Amino acid sequence: MFQIRIHGRGGQGVVTATEMLSVAAFEEGRHAQAFPSFGSERTGAPVVAFCRIDDKEIRLREPIMAPDALIIQDPTLLHQIDVFAGLKPDGYVLFNSHHSFEALGLGDLVKVRGLQRMCTLPATELGIKHIGRPIPNVPLIAGFAALSGIIKLESVIKAINEKFSGKVAEGNIAAATDAYNLVKEQMKEHANA
Amino acid sequence: MLKQTEGSKAVAEAIALCRPEVICAYPISPQTHIVEALGEMVKSGELTPCEFINVESEFAAMSVAIGSSAAGARSYTATASQGLLFMVEAVYNASGLGLPIVMTVANRAIGAPINIWNDHSDSLSQRDSGWMQLFAETNQEAVDLHIQAFRLAEELSMPIMVCMDGFILTHAFERVDIPSQEQVDAYLPPFDPRQVLDPKEPMSIGAMVGPEAFMEVKYLAHAKQMQALELIPQLSAEFKQTFGRDSGGLVRTYRAEDAETMIVAMGSVLGTIKDVVDDMREQGHKIGVLGIVSYRPFPLKEVRAALVNCKRFLVLEKSLAVGMGGIVATDVRMAVTGTGLKGYTAIAGLGGRTISKASLQNLFLQAEQEHLEPVTFVDLDWDAVNKQLERERLNRRSGPIAENILHDKGMLSAAKFG
Repeated sequence: MFQIRIHGRGGQGVVTATEMLSVAAFEEGRHAQAFPSFGSERTGAPVVAFCRIDDKEIRLREPIMAPDALIIQDPTLLHQIDVFAGLKPDGYVLFNSHHSFEALGLGDLVKVRGLQRMCTLPATELGIKHIGRPIPNVPLIAGFAALSGIIKLESVIKAINEKFSGKVAEGNIAAATDAYNLVKEQMKEHANA
Repeated sequence: MLKQTEGSKAVAEAIALCRPEVICAYPISPQTHIVEALGEMVKSGELTPCEFINVESEFAAMSVAIGSSAAGARSYTATASQGLLFMVEAVYNASGLGLPIVMTVANRAIGAPINIWNDHSDSLSQRDSGWMQLFAETNQEAVDLHIQAFRLAEELSMPIMVCMDGFILTHAFERVDIPSQEQVDAYLPPFDPRQVLDPKEPMSIGAMVGPEAFMEVKYLAHAKQMQALELIPQLSAEFKQTFGRDSGGLVRTYRAEDAETMIVAMGSVLGTIKDVVDDMREQGHKIGVLGIVSYRPFPLKEVRAALVNCKRFLVLEKSLAVGMGGIVATDVRMAVTGTGLKGYTAIAGLGGRTISKASLQNLFLQAEQEHLEPVTFVDLDWDAVNKQLERERLNRRSGPIAENILHDKGMLSAAKFG
């Protein structure tokens, strides 16, 4: 079973992101379960949501405490909560920022974990560029597909088309494709570094 | 059609397939997404003929359902928590009048302290209201139970609550097979009411009944639930024929064959319990599971049969009879009267407290070794409890308990949760 935890703030589409991840996995014939942390959702408040992916029925209902992957939608959360809590030693990290991990003050994390499974992505900027709104969730799940290979970009696009239509869908697909390619390029650089 | 969807959305689609004629609802978390989706379907014309009635409160929601059901319309509503409590007088009237209303309860804790998260306190508070109560383990089962519920309610002319864990199921995206309209139509015939308010043939419903007849009316409500004990397995078997999958029934066991320790529970926590039991079975522990689907009527005979060959059982429940212990456990113990079985009660998950695999495994090992107290509070923070008890011992004016505990835990409010 592969477990993903997404941290963000109310209004950033955190819950929607896990739902779309689960739809993308379902499109590949896999079992998936997405659920929020059940808080009273308010704009700006910290939000956590979860997604499990497996090849058999998922019965477990506990929150994800030891994720295989983390997506962090908002860098300001670093001052508020321990977003890395329980992350597996070989876990993936995708961080929404146009800065490097070092510039974010996470140089020590890079020293411990290496950059093979870690990546930053300017997802908010991609949202503004392609969708006209500072919503980073879709670029991040496409970036996650590139980072981990757990789901395919086509499946993310299918999930986008299920959720949105018309111009909004087009914008999101452009953002997703851009994000996917950016992460792929970065991972190549990390591998060569 | 198999799809990846939200539990609430799946239930709304199932309700629509059951061709309800009146839906009345007042929004309350975590039930809101269900009636929102139904409202959209009525407005778009996708669900027709159906009247969607916005009411001013839960009391009004149940009152409208009583009126529409008595007028011969298939009637549906949904609620949770304080909403269910607010409609209680009408809840008893619906069953007392024998009206086959179907209501989803998206199970949620009852305040104070106010809490929107899941446990089973709300529907269990209506244990003796005369409504049947079926508990779903997954969103697929929530869909299936609603379809069976209309059949069951209308055949007996008695109301039924389909209970699904708030947030844990209602807000979870997972795969659900939504049946076709043809399948549901084949399984669920049009509503043929036993009593109808019709201006062409005027009559009244709801007479005052004195000591000369009250007991008979009440006994008949009991007799109908006893009939339901026969009918529920039949409807589940028929459901399997039409839809090709097992759903519902009175109880279900898992890896119970040679089990010496049995874990008894209701609802979505059964999934986590089964994962723990699989792990423990691999380590050689003889442990199994009894899931109770039908809480009312309570299947005493089936529960006894499922437990009689074990050595000990643990009832894990998301509810608390304050001043006594377990609510479900009391019924389970009644079922095994005279067997001499050791029984334990574990109260877990109140107000949305996480029920983790790790805590369950620890609990089940203790149960197996018979090291548990009769009632255990799973993952209770004893330091916080003892600190408050000490505060009360030292100060007469010790202040409000909830605020003290939040303060001790370094939280200004529940907003910092998560």
